Amino acid sequence: MADLPTTAVDIAAAVRAGEVSAAEVLDAHLAAIDAREGEINAFNLVLADEARAAAAAVDARVAAGEDPGPLAGVPLALKDNLCTRGVPTTCSSRILEGWRPPYDATVVQRVAAAGAVAVGKTNLDEFAMGSSTENSAFGPTRNPRDPERVPGGSSGGSAAAVAAGFAPISLGSDTGGSIRQPAALCGVVGVKPTYGLVSRYGLVAFASSLDQIGPFSTTVADAALLLEAVAGHDPLDSTSIDAPAPSLLDQLDRGVQGLRIGLVTELMGEGIAPDVAARVRQAADALAAAGAEIGEVSVPAASYGLSAYYLIAPAEASSNLARYDGVRYGLRVDAPTTAEMNAATRTAGFGVEVKRRIMLGTYALSAGYYDAYYGKALKVRTLIVRDFEAAYERFDLLLSPTSPTTAFRFGEKVDDPLAMYLNDVCTIPTNLAGHPAMSVPFGAGADGMPVGVQLLAPALGEATMFRAAAAVEAAAPSLEEAWS
Amino acid sequence: MSDRLTRDDVAKVAELARLVLTDAELDTYTDQLGAVLDHAADVAALDLADVPPTAHPLPLVNVLRDDVVAPCLDRDEVLAQAPAVEDGRFRVPAILGEEP
Amino acid sequence: MTTVENLTHEPVEGEHFTITSDTTGDTWEIVVGLEVHCELATATKLFCSCPNVFGDEPNTNVCPVCLGLPGSLPVLNRNVVELAMRLGRALHCRVEPSVFARKNYFYPDMPKDYQVSQYDQPINVDGWLDLPDGTRVGIERAHIEEDTGKNTHAGGSGRIHGADYSLVDYNRAGVPLVEIVGRPHIRHPEQAKAYIDELRAILLATGASDAKMEEGSLRVDANVSVRRVGDAALGRRCEIKNLNSLRSLGRAIEYEARRQVDLLESGEVVKQETRHWDEGAGRTRPGRSKEEAEDYRYFQEPDLVPLDPGAEWIAAVDEAMPALPAQRRTALAEAAGVEPTATAVVVAVQRDLDELALTAIAAGGDGGRVLLHVEHNLAVEGARSLDPTHFAQLVTMEVEGKLTATQAKTVLSDMVESGKAPDVIAAERGFEAMDTSELEGIVDGIIAESPDEWADFCTGDEKRRGKLQGFFVGKVMKATRGQADGKAVNAILESRRLAAG
Repeated sequence: MADLPTTAVDIAAAVRAGEVSAAEVLDAHLAAIDAREGEINAFNLVLADEARAAAAAVDARVAAGEDPGPLAGVPLALKDNLCTRGVPTTCSSRILEGWRPPYDATVVQRVAAAGAVAVGKTNLDEFAMGSSTENSAFGPTRNPRDPERVPGGSSGGSAAAVAAGFAPISLGSDTGGSIRQPAALCGVVGVKPTYGLVSRYGLVAFASSLDQIGPFSTTVADAALLLEAVAGHDPLDSTSIDAPAPSLLDQLDRGVQGLRIGLVTELMGEGIAPDVAARVRQAADALAAAGAEIGEVSVPAASYGLSAYYLIAPAEASSNLARYDGVRYGLRVDAPTTAEMNAATRTAGFGVEVKRRIMLGTYALSAGYYDAYYGKALKVRTLIVRDFEAAYERFDLLLSPTSPTTAFRFGEKVDDPLAMYLNDVCTIPTNLAGHPAMSVPFGAGADGMPVGVQLLAPALGEATMFRAAAAVEAAAPSLEEAWS
Repeated sequence: MSDRLTRDDVAKVAELARLVLTDAELDTYTDQLGAVLDHAADVAALDLADVPPTAHPLPLVNVLRDDVVAPCLDRDEVLAQAPAVEDGRFRVPAILGEEP
Repeated sequence: MTTVENLTHEPVEGEHFTITSDTTGDTWEIVVGLEVHCELATATKLFCSCPNVFGDEPNTNVCPVCLGLPGSLPVLNRNVVELAMRLGRALHCRVEPSVFARKNYFYPDMPKDYQVSQYDQPINVDGWLDLPDGTRVGIERAHIEEDTGKNTHAGGSGRIHGADYSLVDYNRAGVPLVEIVGRPHIRHPEQAKAYIDELRAILLATGASDAKMEEGSLRVDANVSVRRVGDAALGRRCEIKNLNSLRSLGRAIEYEARRQVDLLESGEVVKQETRHWDEGAGRTRPGRSKEEAEDYRYFQEPDLVPLDPGAEWIAAVDEAMPALPAQRRTALAEAAGVEPTATAVVVAVQRDLDELALTAIAAGGDGGRVLLHVEHNLAVEGARSLDPTHFAQLVTMEVEGKLTATQAKTVLSDMVESGKAPDVIAAERGFEAMDTSELEGIVDGIIAESPDEWADFCTGDEKRRGKLQGFFVGKVMKATRGQADGKAVNAILESRRLAAG
């Protein structure tokens, strides 16, 4: 195991060169899963047999002199809201327990075509609604750094799988921060791409105008490698940008000389834990030392982001989740009439947070309230877009914390929805604007738990964003470095 | 701007959403949803008469596909996932209302 | 559904269908607005590449998208936009930039439990349809939406009420529809039928739909209200559904109007509701009444982007527009020197014989006689392939007196069957021109043969004369093997009688 490469970039290179087999790489990771999965519960389903077959296929291609792909032999975990043909896709909900999609999500097809080896479907907050993975119907996932604490959410399983060494890379989804926040809490890299850069076909929808699929990894380079493999136009997704995948790996060592980077005022003050803010300033100093120009910028509409998000996202979700009615797939609780059957099924099948958001969303859209709530929220969205546009006239990138705090303890916030929603205050504005953002680990907080700093870029600004991320990564203190 | 969310509002909304709530749940949800909406009052209070809505972050228009047939799903694979099937169709209990 | 209020085109004053009350003596009129759903004749569905086909085995034309499986996404069919625009422009609508919206409600034939439709920004707005009788019916909008699957009700009576369970087939789910919302300008059950006929002709001419009510590719709902003649305000309306034929449409409108008049005259109110037409019983019945109207919570569909066809595409649609029935009627009417509302003109276009008629008239045929033949003598197989020049020739022979009306009819029928020229056929049949002196000679001969009857004819009363007229005409016809012109014979008899008197 000590001899085997551990990053995706290194594994793929070694497998492609025939230096190491996909099978042995997989075995090492399955062993890691065996060792700690019982404690962490990152997976809803481990796909050992399927993975072995996939690894064997990669090895056969290498042996035959064929190109096995840029992710050859790299173990990869998939959030359990990504459709995998013939393999249960539950969204961590009782209502989809056991459902086997008859098709693969586009990103699933692309990573398979790239030679990646899917090792399992990871746990999430039910239907991606949550910031701690405590809302899963199949039990929470634990933070590998401290199992008494949450891994964040909703992609807690995908973040934990990478942090625990179960797979070097994983895919999650981000609607209000669900990749970036768990990445920060678990001490890994997490990226939300520009809206429309990665196909949503096969991603079980939560909020359609906000959802994006993105990578988790331990290094910025690995995130670039994975994002390159899944990004690019998909004719099956009408909201997919008509452009090929961007080239990111070759951007990483360009450095940050002359880049103008702005600290977001509204996200550095009240509501942000002091140790987190301090780490962000430390990252800013590091970027300055590497040649970037650091400034401060106000994005006033960002402070309305939380309210707008908690009207728009539940509204879309209330509609997206209507299809779970017990008729065609998933759970059915029988009743004498169809309407009663629908209600009994949904009542039994959905968890508390999902119900809460469905009702909130239904209310926000209903007759008499549309203008005051949903209608208004769409206008706030315009203000946010405008504020970001103004900010990006003066700066190339923005910088902020990813999460207001480090990982909290189980049970601390789950009964207070508003407290839980406040976890997303730094990440939500970028979803509303459709912009890319990523979290890069930057040392530990006062409690020894990981802190992530967030880089924000304008639409399709991934190349610049990754450049700066590489510089932040290079300067990042290790987790073990004590807080001072 | 409407008053705070009432228990009746929540009951109506639950029905629209095909959810059955116990009395206790009705109370809890009314409180919690009320709190979220109170927080959203900052949005509701803004004067945004001159601001156009952004329904969508992307400037795309006219995404179209050609009118060409592609393979369908295998019916057996589809029906295998269904809770109840009869005669190649999905079976559901009695439907009382008519199509709106 | 926007309320029906603002009449931007007042209908032409025509024959209204009025109901005069026995009790009060008031006169009531009907106001009808029709909502028509047409299935578009595309190869694939609206948002996916499944075949758009009627009648296949249940659930064989489905995919993740039209089944609404978790994770699926819609992609708009280009040909749907083309056909919707053709239909819109044929109805004189403005084509506008549009968006799609979700209409949210639960029903088992709806895979996503929302329907993707168009709400406040539809593709086609503010058009009209001219009926053959000259009425102009306003079209409020014609928008794109997806169709639902089909429920069949099992157990019980086979109708929805009393069914034990239902079975759902999603083959039809996702089929593209255009919903055409007509303004309440129709005043007569026959007008409603004419509207549907005209619309169907337009759908066929543009290729937008095959418009078959019996197959469900054309579905009609009627909004019916009544008001006293002279009232400006509209009465409360009911929506009538389950109209499976033109006959049902006409019958249902009339029944419903009378039902409402009866209600209002007995001091009751008309409840605004959806009613179903029961063909067997010949009446409408209330649908399941709801306490409140359904709240559809419309919002813009986030999985689709806006649609803006642009001036170039619209121009291309206009360029390629085939001649529509109203234009064809106008063209034929002008050529024949009659009103476009003339029955013969309407019938000619309905039977696709207008081109034939136009060419025949252009070749010199008398417009009036051409139309007469088209209306009365050409409702036959093969009429369309009649040679227009020959047709013109025939008509000219008639006008010149070389053929009687009866003879012309026979020759025409022969022309359709054999394709031969009229003069050839006339010669073959011995339909020679009978000039007047020849005919007079024959008549005089017949008179001479029957002197007693002739005396009787000259001196008898009107009644007796009438009978004997038949006797003489019959003899002349026999002598001329039916080729004499009846009118001419009568004229000669009359002149001989007067001369004798």
